Amino acid sequence: MITKDTLMKEVFVEGLRKYMQEDEKVVVLDADLAKCLGTNKLWADFPDRTFDVGISEANMVSIAAGLSAYGFKPVVTTFAPFATRRCADQIMISLAYAKQNAVIVGTDPGICAELNGGTHMPLEDIGMLRSIPGVVIYEPTDAVELAALIPQVFAQKGVVYVRLHRKNPPLIYSEEENRKFDLFKADVLKEGKDVTIVAEGIMVETALSAADALKEEGISCEVIANHTVKPLDEKTIVDSAKKTGAVVTCENHNAMGALRSAVCETLCENYPVPVRSVAVKEQFGEVGKVAYLRKAMHMEVTDVIDAVKEAIKAKK
Amino acid sequence: MNSAELKAFAKDIRVNIVNCIGSIGSGHVGGSLSIADVLAVLYGKHMNVDPKNPKMEGRDRLVCSKGHAGPAVYSVLAEKGFFDKDVLLTLNKGGTTLPSHCDMNKTPGVDMTAGSLGQGLSCAVGFALGSRLKKDGATIYAIIGDGETDEGQIWEAALYAGHQKLDNLIAFTDYNKCQLDGYTDKINGLDPLDKKWEAFNWDVIVVKDGNDVDEIDAAIEKAKKTTGKPHMIILNTVKGKGVSFIEDAVPGNHSMPMPQDKCAIAISEIRGE
Repeated sequence: MITKDTLMKEVFVEGLRKYMQEDEKVVVLDADLAKCLGTNKLWADFPDRTFDVGISEANMVSIAAGLSAYGFKPVVTTFAPFATRRCADQIMISLAYAKQNAVIVGTDPGICAELNGGTHMPLEDIGMLRSIPGVVIYEPTDAVELAALIPQVFAQKGVVYVRLHRKNPPLIYSEEENRKFDLFKADVLKEGKDVTIVAEGIMVETALSAADALKEEGISCEVIANHTVKPLDEKTIVDSAKKTGAVVTCENHNAMGALRSAVCETLCENYPVPVRSVAVKEQFGEVGKVAYLRKAMHMEVTDVIDAVKEAIKAKK
Repeated sequence: MNSAELKAFAKDIRVNIVNCIGSIGSGHVGGSLSIADVLAVLYGKHMNVDPKNPKMEGRDRLVCSKGHAGPAVYSVLAEKGFFDKDVLLTLNKGGTTLPSHCDMNKTPGVDMTAGSLGQGLSCAVGFALGSRLKKDGATIYAIIGDGETDEGQIWEAALYAGHQKLDNLIAFTDYNKCQLDGYTDKINGLDPLDKKWEAFNWDVIVVKDGNDVDEIDAAIEKAKKTTGKPHMIILNTVKGKGVSFIEDAVPGNHSMPMPQDKCAIAISEIRGE
């Protein structure tokens, strides 16, 4: 039973445990942060298939490639900046270019790194990986969606990057609604006619709050939760843009290379409409709690409201 | 193969390397020729592989982490019959199955992709862990370059392989003392290289003449008898070994022109004609 207190990391690790029980080819590699995600809880049950390689992320990724080439299904985990920028070349060459399989789990996306500060705050990780051919990039929206999509994540061939919030962001979905999630389909949470807000991760709730506030002002927002930025569900986004004529992207990432870029690229080629973005703009991360960081990085509800109004204004 | 056959096999590999690189006019000839002898010993005597079934379960595997020595690997694979020797003449041509750097998805018999230096030894560690899990009894071989040893990831892999006591892993350093920009001791000195690997809890064997098939063979036999540690066989080699004008070009023979007239001279020398 998933509640508002359920931690995403617990959902992930239990999903991983089930995957390991079902398939003896699954191996898990950590780089001295297993206790943070909770993958250390797998060590007792799977002593032969769990490897903590120490603080050597590049080594971890290439070892995973070797295990993949040997017929195993590696899952590698660490904090998102170390899972991506620290070992970008190993992901590119040892895994993707060599056509190997791995699920890379990078935790604490964007400002969720909070008190670990700018060194640990990945605002460029998606941008770095999105240009590597074939890499699937998934960021869970909440624990309910994560639980539903874990089997689809593990069923993928090639490299999948899971950008995982370890904590318990507000539930967007409930288990009772029994929603059918698709790893490659964005979810239209709210239909509207004046503007489309495409949001990811912790910004989905922000977008919904902005939509509620804007409704009071007579502005009708369509809200799309976009959990997979690569490959992008182009159809859902283009269809919505055709309906509303303006788009706002909301993401917990640098404005370059991730959701804003993917949506703009798609719309430019298929159905150009005004786009405005709520994202981190040419800033490094810094230490602080999420509430402070949202303000410092301009990722608050008011920022979404402003962006929506600008996008609508640009339509005319 | 016996000693004489291994020596002849190494000559055939060298001729193939020259023809392979000569087919496109230039390439990584120095570091390819320096590992011809270890490849001869591995594929001529030690490795359990099947050219008719390159993906055979439980086979021994080689990671040529110094991926730019692809022409040397292709030369031994062609000689073993993994593919036709004519294919060697397609090196680096558009659409080839033989790219400059080893690619497991293009070339039958190549076990791991390499080219961005430093990664292959970690991949070999992954192989060795995989073999241990599968209990298939395979031996995992890896060849790293001396210049490649500058990479931090080599030492990450070294530390973890030692920690895991991966005695099914036999690695070789092609210690030809040269890297692209010059002599290794002028760029970023490695000595005492044996002590470094020993300090990382590896079983270390130094081969005085790393281009002598008998010495290489003896080192591999010795490594196979030592348990509880991964093995590093340091091969003191000559970059460009077997062709005097290429040897004389050190340290500038990392990649060099190989026009057809030079290839003919090289092959005559290798054949002892």
